[in-house]
Amino acid sequence: MKAVEMKKGIYWVGGIDWDIRNFHGYLTQRGTTYNAYLIIDEKITLVDTTKYYLVDELLERVSSIVDPSKIDYVISNHVEMDHSGGLPRVMEIAKNATLVTAPNGAKGLAKHYDTSSWNIKTVSTGDKLELGKRSIEFILTPMVHWPDNMVGYMPEEKILFSNDSFGQHIASSERFDDEFPSEIIIEEAKKYYANIVMSYGMQVGRELKEASGLDIEMIAPSHGLIFRKHVKEIIDSYVKWSSNIVGKKALIVYDTMWGSTKKMAYALQDAFEEKGYMTSMKNLQNNHISDIITEVLDVEYICVGSPTLNNNMLPTVASFLTYLKGLTPKNRKAIAFGSYGWGGQSVAQIEQYLSDSKFDIKLSKRLLYIPSEENLEELKEELKKLL
Amino acid sequence: MKKYVCVVCGYVYDPEVGDADAGVAEGTAFENLPEDWVCPVCGVDKDQFEEA
Repeated sequence: MKAVEMKKGIYWVGGIDWDIRNFHGYLTQRGTTYNAYLIIDEKITLVDTTKYYLVDELLERVSSIVDPSKIDYVISNHVEMDHSGGLPRVMEIAKNATLVTAPNGAKGLAKHYDTSSWNIKTVSTGDKLELGKRSIEFILTPMVHWPDNMVGYMPEEKILFSNDSFGQHIASSERFDDEFPSEIIIEEAKKYYANIVMSYGMQVGRELKEASGLDIEMIAPSHGLIFRKHVKEIIDSYVKWSSNIVGKKALIVYDTMWGSTKKMAYALQDAFEEKGYMTSMKNLQNNHISDIITEVLDVEYICVGSPTLNNNMLPTVASFLTYLKGLTPKNRKAIAFGSYGWGGQSVAQIEQYLSDSKFDIKLSKRLLYIPSEENLEELKEELKKLL
Repeated sequence: MKKYVCVVCGYVYDPEVGDADAGVAEGTAFENLPEDWVCPVCGVDKDQFEEA
């Protein structure tokens, strides 16, 4: 397996995870890559590694350019094991290498691996690592999306090594955004942002502010394709996503036992459509929560429906709400709904979750057994008055 | 004195405890923390805290 040259003397040397479909609960239909980068200069530098099971692939790609034992610097931008899993092997082989990381990176790595024999240098925002003809400037980006995250900018080549920011879960033998359908890249970047980064919109805003002063020709993220054509487009997308800007759209997420909650869902959809909203229906039986979350990113309304089963909402709905709460989307309006037979607790439970998640709840509606045409018409009218 | 919570990671600053690692003595009110003080858990700035 060979390295892929990105710019003269700078190579992609990562690993391709063709098989992975579940990334801690995130459905990765297209697999993923763990990108690592090799810089050949007076100091030979490796930026990040791969998951542990792809480190041989990384070492093989490095070996196609240089003997891995000659690596002088290993930069660890993020402790999470999809990027650091290969570090123990790399540090064992590159005996003279200095590991460069953020202060929180050093602490985190020591909790993952035996780092006692590693030569570790910590850096902060503004610090510069001289590699010879080139250099890397570091910007700490705490909580985008772990405490230890940082990115590196190489001014001489105008490359941003952005780690998880701007990443996408795509396995492909293409390496650059002009070799792959750009719509898919942006769609996967959006899914990645929604599922991994959404909670940290304010931190992303700060990172973008720092990055706005940089002249960037290439963004080299730690997952997926490298940007060299759509650099502006991906940065603009991050600006939009991190600003919580929503469209005139409604997302209706529900599960149903006997079709009654589904009838309510479609009545709500009717009302939204009549008021000129784009709508999206997501039955939790047929849609993965990590795909639904992507749509949360730019909707004004999120409606969540569940019938009552044994005095509770359905487990699929509880699972979705737990996931949603963790990702803390802001400035969204919400509607809770559901059909019930006797206790009818599900709607209040949904409401509780949505209000804990700081949604502005505009309507809450439960209907007994099978909603009649009149019931559904009333529901529609109630919603239409709000829109 | 009031406790403050980091909205990003959930860490709670308790003035009665202070933050010894950052040289902040017990009894230091949140308002009196230095401007460059950061969350000891996740590293974000002081302005990311809310009253608990």
